Amino acid sequence: MSEQQQNNNEKFQLNPTPMIDELEKGPWPSFVKGFKETAQRTGKTMVRGVLDQLNYSYETRMGYWKGGVVGVHGYGAGIISRYSMIGDKFPEATEFHTMRIQPAPGLHYSTKALREICDIWEKYGSGLLSMHGQTGNLQLQGIKAESVQACFDELNQLGWDLGGAGATVRTGLSCVGPARCEQACYDTLHVHGKVLSYYSDLTHRPQLPYKAKFKFSGCPNDCTNSIQRSDYSVIGTWRDDIKIDQAEVAKFIDAKGVDYLVNNVITRCPTKAITLKGNEMVIDNRDCVRCMHCLNVMPKALSPGDDRGITLLVGGKGHLKVGNMLGSVMVPFMKMETEEDVDAFIELVDRMIDYWSENGLDHERIGECIERVGIQQFLDAVGLEATVEMIAHPRDNPYFKAGEYKTDDEDDERDAA
Amino acid sequence: MATERTWKTIENGPHELDEFLHPISLKNYGKWKYHERPRPGVLKHVAESGDVLFTVRAATHRQVTVDIVRRLCDLADRFADGHLRWTVRNNVEFMTPNAANVDSLIAALEAAGHPVGGTGPSVSAIAHTQGWLHCDIPAVDASGVAKSIMDALFHDFAHEEMPNRVRLTTSCCEINCGGQADIAVVVQHTRPPRINHEILANVCEMPSTVARCPVAAIRPTTVNGKPSLMVVEEKCIYCGACFGACPAMEINHPEHSKLAIWVGGKNSNARTKPGNMKLVAHGLPNNPPRWPEVSELLKRILAAYKAGGRDWERMGEWIERIGWKRFFEETGLPFDKFMIDNYRHARVSFNQSAHIRF
Repeated sequence: MSEQQQNNNEKFQLNPTPMIDELEKGPWPSFVKGFKETAQRTGKTMVRGVLDQLNYSYETRMGYWKGGVVGVHGYGAGIISRYSMIGDKFPEATEFHTMRIQPAPGLHYSTKALREICDIWEKYGSGLLSMHGQTGNLQLQGIKAESVQACFDELNQLGWDLGGAGATVRTGLSCVGPARCEQACYDTLHVHGKVLSYYSDLTHRPQLPYKAKFKFSGCPNDCTNSIQRSDYSVIGTWRDDIKIDQAEVAKFIDAKGVDYLVNNVITRCPTKAITLKGNEMVIDNRDCVRCMHCLNVMPKALSPGDDRGITLLVGGKGHLKVGNMLGSVMVPFMKMETEEDVDAFIELVDRMIDYWSENGLDHERIGECIERVGIQQFLDAVGLEATVEMIAHPRDNPYFKAGEYKTDDEDDERDAA
Repeated sequence: MATERTWKTIENGPHELDEFLHPISLKNYGKWKYHERPRPGVLKHVAESGDVLFTVRAATHRQVTVDIVRRLCDLADRFADGHLRWTVRNNVEFMTPNAANVDSLIAALEAAGHPVGGTGPSVSAIAHTQGWLHCDIPAVDASGVAKSIMDALFHDFAHEEMPNRVRLTTSCCEINCGGQADIAVVVQHTRPPRINHEILANVCEMPSTVARCPVAAIRPTTVNGKPSLMVVEEKCIYCGACFGACPAMEINHPEHSKLAIWVGGKNSNARTKPGNMKLVAHGLPNNPPRWPEVSELLKRILAAYKAGGRDWERMGEWIERIGWKRFFEETGLPFDKFMIDNYRHARVSFNQSAHIRF
């Protein structure tokens, strides 16, 4: 820090913020304490203004930010603009825009890269960050519109790109995957990187009915909450048998007791696929639904099979507008090992996104679109065969139309017409 | 500042990964054998090669600063070979092959104000939203609510004493960006939007605002000679969906925007299928800076779950076993008619059987 800066900082005083000061107490990390520290060290008036406005929100129980339009050259998304509605009251925080940055898959960082981000962010912005947004962005929070382009250019030279916002493909999210997890059934990190790079244009330029999210979980534990939180939920699974190490099963029984195995593994299997024969675990893999429970309890003894791939569920989304929707199976299994496998996946999703782009209403997610037009129509349009894995059970609604049972003659007539 | 741009944007999407992985991760990529949890907040992964990688998981503020991140980098340089990662629940993770580093790292993290925990059957950090700090439509803060709740539940972050893992979320509007959870705190509006007719025609696209309403309660009208919108108040369900499309549909209110508690949501496929959370309390006051009524209620629900849940039962699975009647008895929460669904497909949530617990 230069001498001049230090002199400036001695004069820098925070304003009283009695309401949010209450959040400095207690054992959990205090963001208020953190903000004050950075404000005092850097003398950044924007941070002081934000603290003042936040304290005012606490007093009045209302929010005071409104959106606008701020962007970088060539992109139509990625910067969340925030202007204060009460800038006359708190002129130090009239602008507080956020830059959404796409992290590396799995939210892995080197300290070198994080320090570079911090230096650039301190130079151009407030020094405040959110790690991470619910969709998976690294959010640099608090920059003026005039500094956004220069800040982005420096970040982009280091390989950082903006994430999505509005009616775009949004930043993806992946679990820790093969970097550290024995349950990862495909390379979540590689597939995340490749798919989201492919969709860069749709990430940066809003041209869809609404948002489209991808999440990549290596196994059905679904650590990225993808079934609930994403339009395209890519979940690792396997087709062959669970691998059992009976020696480890015996050790498990020795350590925990046979009652633990019965009460917490065998009877908790949702399809009763496990039986005990002497001291050996027997799994009827035709009954197994790949729920992961027994593997979670006995990670040493049990492992996913070797014929691995993914299940694709489509249509998950949050509350707006028809209530929460969970994704549902569109592809029960596809391999995800080679580059050709990933390309085939992208081709399929492309057909879904194209269909939705053509048919989706304004602000309609693909799940809502499928529900409105009907899944039969959707499957036909994207060229997927209906399979029984797509449903929990066949219809119980008695009113249905099962094609027209055309005779050959009728088909000929239609073809001629 | 230079006005002429010399840099041409490279549209690459997510950042390259390889240089960010811990060398032991890279070496054993896709070749992990099993893991153990030696103590709360610590994972031990063993690779097929025999390599071992310890992970220490610690809480963060989520709303962090360059100073906080640089300090975490210092710790990663000292103890984790210059690498670190974040979880989807805002925890930071340090990895090291060196068992001797684990205790020193834990001590250094806790000295720096980052409690270690959030693994196994604990209450992990809250997945939350932006709130008054940054969002344009929030009725409540997010970071402050999360901080207040986790102060109250601190013990159960640092200890693995729950039947199974507990996932919490908070959301500052009914869009519920926090997501499904074992327990979720979500804003609940209790009045229709107040319509600012003066500005509406200038700031809102009216057809898309009309289309945004889930119950078709918004209609075009004319007020003082100006085109505007009206809300059929008997139909309005106070969701606030219109406010996101049109800032003139003022849904937020210091008194009438309240908080509701939802329980039993689940994302994992383990045992039961993923499922949505259910309403168990509503009308809680929006009471900054500490929202004590919310923390008290969460503590009560968690105490009942901790006492009654069996090993591996998530909140929703525990309730499924004991039944909703006993859930309300054991938590002391009052059940009321507003907890019975009356929206689309409501009937599937009714008890269409003679299964009754007495």
